Amino acid sequence: MAEPAQGALKTSHDGRWRWRPQWTARMALIPAMTITIVCFYGFIIWTFVISLTRSRLLPVYKFTGFDQYVRLFANERWWTAMQNIAIHGFLFIGGCIVFGYLLAILIDRGIKAEGMFRTVFMLPLSMSFIVTGVIWQWVMNPGLGLQDAVRELGWTTFEFNWIVRQDRAIYTLAIAGIWQQVGLCMALFLAGLRNVDPNIWKASRVDGIPVWRVYLHVITPMMRTVFFTVFILMSAIVMKAYDLVVALTGGGPGFSSDLPAKFVVDHILNRQELGLGAAGAFVLLCTVIAVISPYIHFELRKARDGGGH
Amino acid sequence: MRFNRLALYGLLGIAALMILAPVFIMVSTSLKPMDEIRDGSIFALPVEPSFDAWREAWSGDCSQTAGGNCGGLSSSFLTSVKIVIPALFLSVGLGAVTGYALAAWKMRGANLMFAALLVGMFIPPQVTLYPLIIMVRELGIFGSIPGLVLVHVIWGVAFTTMMFRNFFKTVPQDLLKAARIDGAGFWPLFWHVMLPLSLPILGVAMILQFTYIWNDFLLGLTFGGRSGQPMTVALNNLVGSQFGEKEYNVDMAATMLTALPTLAVYLLSGRLFVRGIAAGAVKG
Amino acid sequence: MNGVELRGVTKAYAGLTVMKDINLEIEDGAFLVLLGPSGCGKSTILNMIAGLEPVTGGSIHIAGREVTELEPDERDIAMVFQSYALYPTMSVRRNIGFGLKMRGMPKADIEKRVDEIGELLQITPLLDRKPSQLSGGQQQRVAIGRALVREPSVFLFDEPLSNLDAKLRADMRVELKRLHERLGRTIVYVTHDQIEAMTLATKVVVLDKGSIQQADTPENVYRRPANKFVASFVGAPTMNFIDGKLVQDGDGIAFDGGSGQLPLASLPTRARDLIGQPVTLGARPEHLMFDDLGANARVLLAEPTGPDQYVRLAVAGSEVTARTGPEQHFSSGTDARIMIDGARVSLFDPESGRAIL
Repeated sequence: MAEPAQGALKTSHDGRWRWRPQWTARMALIPAMTITIVCFYGFIIWTFVISLTRSRLLPVYKFTGFDQYVRLFANERWWTAMQNIAIHGFLFIGGCIVFGYLLAILIDRGIKAEGMFRTVFMLPLSMSFIVTGVIWQWVMNPGLGLQDAVRELGWTTFEFNWIVRQDRAIYTLAIAGIWQQVGLCMALFLAGLRNVDPNIWKASRVDGIPVWRVYLHVITPMMRTVFFTVFILMSAIVMKAYDLVVALTGGGPGFSSDLPAKFVVDHILNRQELGLGAAGAFVLLCTVIAVISPYIHFELRKARDGGGH
Repeated sequence: MRFNRLALYGLLGIAALMILAPVFIMVSTSLKPMDEIRDGSIFALPVEPSFDAWREAWSGDCSQTAGGNCGGLSSSFLTSVKIVIPALFLSVGLGAVTGYALAAWKMRGANLMFAALLVGMFIPPQVTLYPLIIMVRELGIFGSIPGLVLVHVIWGVAFTTMMFRNFFKTVPQDLLKAARIDGAGFWPLFWHVMLPLSLPILGVAMILQFTYIWNDFLLGLTFGGRSGQPMTVALNNLVGSQFGEKEYNVDMAATMLTALPTLAVYLLSGRLFVRGIAAGAVKG
Repeated sequence: MNGVELRGVTKAYAGLTVMKDINLEIEDGAFLVLLGPSGCGKSTILNMIAGLEPVTGGSIHIAGREVTELEPDERDIAMVFQSYALYPTMSVRRNIGFGLKMRGMPKADIEKRVDEIGELLQITPLLDRKPSQLSGGQQQRVAIGRALVREPSVFLFDEPLSNLDAKLRADMRVELKRLHERLGRTIVYVTHDQIEAMTLATKVVVLDKGSIQQADTPENVYRRPANKFVASFVGAPTMNFIDGKLVQDGDGIAFDGGSGQLPLASLPTRARDLIGQPVTLGARPEHLMFDDLGANARVLLAEPTGPDQYVRLAVAGSEVTARTGPEQHFSSGTDARIMIDGARVSLFDPESGRAIL
């Protein structure tokens, strides 16, 4: 289509002034552009600026250099949160990928009632993290929940009280998280499996290769980009994870299941430690950028290669 | 071969049961009276199912709640509806127009903006939370429904724009050329050609945005104040703030009520949701 | 005067000049075909005429007025695309009428015009269908109808037949030609298919690497190609090229290909000036005749096509293809004698590739 014209207005063939459609297109971009520039990037800079100040309850623009970062990295709760995000990230992302891929393969084996299984596996996706957290809090309730139910069946020494144990609470996040997100991973993997050239299956049958070997040595390497996408999406969920912690464990017992996203919100909203919270937010952002930048690079290359001429 | 098939269905069945079990527990607990909950297993069906807990979760039972937090979820349900409807239409509409402008009209800097939006989708809301609070407060709409609508539009526009841009990029260039030769400018091309083409993606975007906005917690908590408290926030308060013995049946009934709208949209839209989630899965 | 004129048009993408100083005059009522391989710039020229791509320099005139700065819809043109580019969500009727609607024509008038076009193109029963319910050929008719209904000064066709199968393509070619004869409007038509160019055009413009190689009638482009590129691009099987020089051969002139001579009977007399200097001989397969008086050649392979037969030969140190009737049988490895019709061959400068005879 036409490239940018010089001016918005120009004379038409009959001498009247005419507004160029390209300029309407530019005007239409203004709201989204304002949001992007101001509310995304402008506010990131603002947060960064706050993180360099002594702000507590309200922003105070007295700069203290990187003091807040020094305080942050000396803060025990922050380190717990950082450790937890590593544990949670590993378990949650790993679990989603493994179970999601397995479910996708099972569904891809040409089963009956495929639609029903897919609907079931994706059902939790429609629910919020808050709902998920509240349900699982009840299921894992040590007094009346799963532990109690299994004990009533006769296994009286059965123990599943992780949600109230300092050293176990963080693992419950992964359980609830996987339950909710495994359907999304399955859907993405399934879409990838459906894109595999059917001739590969014909060829492998002609060659007499067992199905599991085809999956392991042929199909899985072909799904590299899907694994990559799933990894990125799940990472983004981990980084933002706030609702689930609040509803499931409240970060506790103590701060034993705290996550950085919750640390930041607590310090900004409730603890009147604006500067410290902002520093935490900025560190969180840097982590996000480090993780997603290969993905952004990949998407942009795709957009450029595929985008018009 | 027959054994393999059996194992296949067995595994799928176990997986389905594991996914459904918590949902079943939620429903059955919400239908039990408290003494049944205390005495029986969470897996047990309710002996005498009743909707008492639902009624209490919905409209509240002030006689049993100590302290201020009386009143059920009904008022916050209305709040959620009042937030979702305008936020849904504004964010999807803005995303459609922006995505169309980016995809169909070649402009300098369009790729840069695409990249900026793509990154923007991944920014954790915590990072811009405080400046956003100040902005909304300066606009005088903090703690109100319009404030929440604005925040949802801001947070939704990157996602909806991406969905529409990626869809409109697949429209053949020839079609756009034909429309320009036919004399269609920016808006006629949008209304008569592009928007009718995008009906499926429009449906997907609406469903996903509905789900995201309804399910939001952080923004509702931060920007809602007392008068603009959406259902997720009310649920969290209800579950967290009971005094004395916890009423798990009421908790579960409230959870059920909160989950019901998105669950219904999911079950009714079926394939559209699946397609959308795969196409625009980027948002968490 | 409803012609099109390009004056000194240049086109650059991101500072890289891809088209330099294009001058082209298309007379009123002409059927001009822009012919060339993909990437030669033919579609760019069409898009610039349409206003879909801006020119970097120069000017474009349609029907006697300058349109260089005008939007596509102000240029009094209509365009038909290779992909048909029908609006998928609109019925055929709305597709055809859309351009009129955008110009603010009253509904009743649009209906009338659309009905007329439907009759003209025999698509009346299809008017209320959606494009997806039509075959490729029917879609192409609708696309043509959408162009016709606006009665523009100039029609632009961008490879309109490339997506049709061979049989349908031949039928549509005939119809397009009839349509042009009936309407008498100016048509600019882009294709890479030389058959379309030869059968449809009143004037062919052969393009390569962003510049015009030759602009002439189809006959002249075929018979008197301006350079080696045109000679090789037009005609199938392609023209035979042999490097060598012209030598005196008794009274006549012969071509010396280095390892043998080929007599060139009835070569125009002005070719005598070229004797002794290196030339590239260009002879189409039908210029080679089997004749007992001709030069020695060896048959390498014979390819019967049905009506014709292409015989691959080694002669004067080169491999050439000759075209002959299907009657005679040629076996690989046997000897044959061939003669070249000097009155019809072309001679090119080996350096520049330009035709020198």
